Amino acid sequence: MPALLAVRGLARSFYGVCALDGVDLTVERGTITGLIGPNGAGKTTLFHCVSGLLPPEAGTVVFDGEDVTGWRADRITRRGLVRTFQIARGFPRLSVRENLMLYGADQPGERLAAAVARGAAARRREAELSERAVAIAKRLNLTRVLDAAASDVSTGQKKLLELGRALMTDPKLVLLDEPIAGVNPTLAAEIVEHLAALRRDGITFLVIEHHLDVIARLCAPVVVMADGRRLAEGRFAEIAADERVQAAYMGRRAWRS
Amino acid sequence: MLTFAGLYGLMALGLNLVWGMTGLINLGLAGFFATGAYASALVTVKLGLPIAVGLVAAALFAAAAGAVMALTTRNLRGDYLAIVTLGFSEVVRLVASNEIWLTQGTDGISGIPGPWRGRVTPETFNLIYLGIVAVFVAAALWLLERVRRSPYGRVLRAIRDDDQVAAVAGKRVIAFKVEAFALSAGVVGTAGALYGHYTSYIAPDAFAPLITIYVVLALTAGGTGDNRGAVLGALLVVFFMESTRFVTGWLPGLRPVQVAAVREFLIGISLIVVLRWRPAGLVPERIPRPPA
Repeated sequence: MPALLAVRGLARSFYGVCALDGVDLTVERGTITGLIGPNGAGKTTLFHCVSGLLPPEAGTVVFDGEDVTGWRADRITRRGLVRTFQIARGFPRLSVRENLMLYGADQPGERLAAAVARGAAARRREAELSERAVAIAKRLNLTRVLDAAASDVSTGQKKLLELGRALMTDPKLVLLDEPIAGVNPTLAAEIVEHLAALRRDGITFLVIEHHLDVIARLCAPVVVMADGRRLAEGRFAEIAADERVQAAYMGRRAWRS
Repeated sequence: MLTFAGLYGLMALGLNLVWGMTGLINLGLAGFFATGAYASALVTVKLGLPIAVGLVAAALFAAAAGAVMALTTRNLRGDYLAIVTLGFSEVVRLVASNEIWLTQGTDGISGIPGPWRGRVTPETFNLIYLGIVAVFVAAALWLLERVRRSPYGRVLRAIRDDDQVAAVAGKRVIAFKVEAFALSAGVVGTAGALYGHYTSYIAPDAFAPLITIYVVLALTAGGTGDNRGAVLGALLVVFFMESTRFVTGWLPGLRPVQVAAVREFLIGISLIVVLRWRPAGLVPERIPRPPA
């Protein structure tokens, strides 16, 4: 079976600064693929281009056998590829429940006429989405804060909500941008558990993260980016032994894991 | 006076949809108000059609203008959107002043029909009209509150917080923005039409940007995001405007120009006082309760 996500020669620059310089990247089904690299390597720009928030200047993105290069973000999400955001962006003035339900697809009540008519189809879908949101909140331990405004929950809960919103879309592939940055070690371990369990449920992940111990434990393979290109790819031990990677990312000192 | 409060209330409701709920600033209210007023006046005076047809034409015409505006400003946000929409309202005013063949220029259009005008006493007419405006305000309040509490409103409020994340959530953001802008402009245009049929006379200088500013103030004082707040804020602003008229009457030795300036001054102070104690407005927005 072909790879779930195949990125070829992706390029994007900002006012002459080359953020992506022909990136190649493959994500196989059923993996948690790690994406590491120094700040400014182009990891987040890659996410922007793959998820449709930024049009790439060159290259292709093939997802699940379909060329989705240059598609609008909402179409890509509906196709089954959803991404999360680094600094837990989202909808602070919506409740946690609304944040979750918003990500549900196919709500007829999101058409203006149907919204005013408040038809049976919209109410039924709303009930389904509500049930799903409650279930996901339960799984992620967010039940207590369901009706709190998203701005009022803790950083760790925001990270969980970020993951929960992605799950509401029933995704095939989730791009996670630093899912455990800035959370305490206990919660980080919890999030790692969630990701492992979700992978067993059939969801594929591509994860940007700077906590290398987590990458080592969770991700295979690991892709290293530097200066807008793919520098290396392999199992974590191989990557860590690669001198080019050490030079670009981990510093000159020999890496010991 | 309550009739004018109602018209301001309608406009504040329209603004709340696009600014309070969707987060798009629209300083072109006076333009949409004028568009609606002229559309209805022309339909009823020049074509001789009934007032109801004029109102529908006003709503549709203003909504179309709103949709075009939303499409042309699709990549603008914040200050830039504010300036372009403000420019739009001035363009409408200048077109109305200069396209004499259509609008009779600065002479304005007079003899706009009003319901039962001439057949009842002016006092009765005012009362009837107040009732009509109240029905429109109530209908708009009901409609927009229903929109706000629906999944559709949830998407609008999400776009207000972060339109990129809303796109990732699978929402076609531009379509929602255009619809919200059009519906909002339609409500404001209806208010404009009601204004014309009430005063029986419209001219370009009635549609100065100051109207927009008063509506923005009304919504800010009432509470952005909350529909009831929009209506309450409009009542409050009109109350301030009228009460300052009496207050300045007590001040001796002022020329009329100075009196006008003092009134603006007092209105400004009153709003600062409101916002000092209620920074989110009189009726702060609350997250709709989840479905039971």
